[in-house]
Amino acid sequence: MSIEDNSGVRPGVRPRGMSDADRERPWGLRESYLFDRNVIAEIQRAAREGIYDIRGFGAKRRLPHFDDLLFLGASVSRYPLEGYREKCATDVVLGTRFAKKPLELKIPVTIAGMSFGALSAPAKEALGRGATEVGTSTTTGDGGMTNEEREHSKTLVYQLLPSRYGMNPDDLRRADAIEVVVGQGAKPGGGGMLLGHKISDRVAEMRSLPKGIDQRSASRHPDWTGPDDLEIKIQELREITDWEKPIFVKVGATRTYYDVQLAVKAGADVIVVDGMQGGTAATQDVFIEHVGIPTLPATRIAADTLQELGMHRKVQLIVSGGIRGGADVAKALALGADAVSIGTAALIAMGDNSPEYEEQYRKIGSSAGFYDDYQAGRDPAGISTQDDELAARFDPVVGGHKVANYLRVLTLEAQTLARACGKSHVHNLEPEDLVALTVEAAAMAKVPLAGTDWIPGSNGSL
Amino acid sequence: MAVVASETAELEVVDLSTTSVRELNQRLHHLAGGAPGPRGFRILNPSGAHALACGLDAEIDVEIEGHVGYYCAGMNKLATVRVHGNASTGIAENLMSGRVVVEGNVSQSAGATGRGGLLVVRGDASSRCGISMKGIDIVVGGSVGHMSAFMAQTGCLVVCGDAGDALGDSIYEARLYIRGSVAGLGADCIEKEMREEHVTQVAGLLEASGIDADASDFRRYGSARQLYNFKIDNAGAY
Repeated sequence: MSIEDNSGVRPGVRPRGMSDADRERPWGLRESYLFDRNVIAEIQRAAREGIYDIRGFGAKRRLPHFDDLLFLGASVSRYPLEGYREKCATDVVLGTRFAKKPLELKIPVTIAGMSFGALSAPAKEALGRGATEVGTSTTTGDGGMTNEEREHSKTLVYQLLPSRYGMNPDDLRRADAIEVVVGQGAKPGGGGMLLGHKISDRVAEMRSLPKGIDQRSASRHPDWTGPDDLEIKIQELREITDWEKPIFVKVGATRTYYDVQLAVKAGADVIVVDGMQGGTAATQDVFIEHVGIPTLPATRIAADTLQELGMHRKVQLIVSGGIRGGADVAKALALGADAVSIGTAALIAMGDNSPEYEEQYRKIGSSAGFYDDYQAGRDPAGISTQDDELAARFDPVVGGHKVANYLRVLTLEAQTLARACGKSHVHNLEPEDLVALTVEAAAMAKVPLAGTDWIPGSNGSL
Repeated sequence: MAVVASETAELEVVDLSTTSVRELNQRLHHLAGGAPGPRGFRILNPSGAHALACGLDAEIDVEIEGHVGYYCAGMNKLATVRVHGNASTGIAENLMSGRVVVEGNVSQSAGATGRGGLLVVRGDASSRCGISMKGIDIVVGGSVGHMSAFMAQTGCLVVCGDAGDALGDSIYEARLYIRGSVAGLGADCIEKEMREEHVTQVAGLLEASGIDADASDFRRYGSARQLYNFKIDNAGAY
């Protein structure tokens, strides 16, 4: 869909965004809030195509988020650390509960699971290179582990997904941790999806599927249902890997209080909670925008649940979904996370949606800053594609370095905020350091509305 | 670890009433890559324990004398595991190679996502037998429950008895051979012609399994391949 022309819609794509030209309309023409041009275009598209809109990226609607929180820097009653001289540590250890070999990361930001299939092999390699350069981990995805990824990732988390594509005990043993994926924030309760044009020979072989078919992964695991089974499944994974590897359990944020309790009961070393802003390679738009809860409340609920169980910092908490800058990192940690995970932001750091490719984005009916058709496999930046020609545009060494740079900035920014709050470790940030700008965020993060002592719903004021 | 026989003997006996599952599995894992040690194991008193003899990677024979819990022989390579009893959920899940034989009945998700090797169940298998199978061959002497071979990708499921409802739902390229009745076929699963090559394939699998049945009595089911690419006209099939 061209951003300048919302009257015509190309098949399969819903118009998103509006140019300045769109806004320049005669006075007196009033656009409906309820039926704005995006809504009208989508109704027209649905009527024409008879199928839901599938796209990548994450939720695009406005949601309460970390932007709605502010830090209270040090003042007379608090003592800051010197910004450039005093140490503010960022290391994090994941998997201290049961694993013989916990992960020791230098920064509290990890790379989330993204599949080989959704992404090109060089893109996966770049994520490994970037993570390794700064001493953090990266994660496989719904498509198995590639050699490029393993080779270039010092610390690699291997996902166990319902599809079990490419799952094998050798990769399990050469992984540094195992992540049992129950769900993801973009589509809690939904399975994976990889459309036929991205099933290349190599992807098909790794997944034991015919080439070119639409691959719709199951939403439930094939050999366990419910928390009691999960406990036994985790036991099996530990037995196969001789209790060496940390076991993560990843859930999309929905009934976070119960999910965290059950994951702890099932024996997880680490819990990953992915809020509804979490990205995806291909999911129905209706799923992305209407299922799950935002990362902000999910973070606080998960941390509080671990506190309630006496397991905070014993079972580590990773949150993801909409982490963009060091402020998001610091706020998530202040609310109780041990680390955060990034996906979409890492792709952007590597070149996704770069203005450099504007002309080519236009050719496929999109624009830099709006591209979300990861499912289509025609990514001009050569990242979300299996087309060899497109993938060749992407240099994994350069891309990896960009990811590393970006991770460094996230860390520096988080340290800056932590020092301002007087913390010698980013983990010392706490909810007491935060206030909220909106009533919603105050209620969800359980911190006071700025300038008040009012925490809606938790101190009897409401 | 209570080892009854000497470690240099051909057969090592491990009694799970005095040895932990962890010790047993560690012992078996140490034999990976052709490491020296006995090539035969006899496991006593399994008592329904979970994750027994899983993650093996050695050409060894493991005889389990009794019932086993979940995920017995899960993700194994090369080994032969024989259960002289019944098995719970996920026997031989994600099997890579080698062989797993259960003398009794098995619970749900037998051979789930298996990528190679052979699973033989002499009794019946419950629901979801062969779910998401990716190359494993499964031979069941009795019947299988509902949703068997759901999203089955490759490999063969041979059932000497009957199949429950929704057989082969959303199946890919796996071959299903059923001798008895089929309560119902799942989405995109159809009966297909049983040609000579298929009779030969079934005969080979029956022989490898030590099950006496006439291969020509079986009927073949597989994918109609109508749901391989999403078409809105098929929405009613989901």
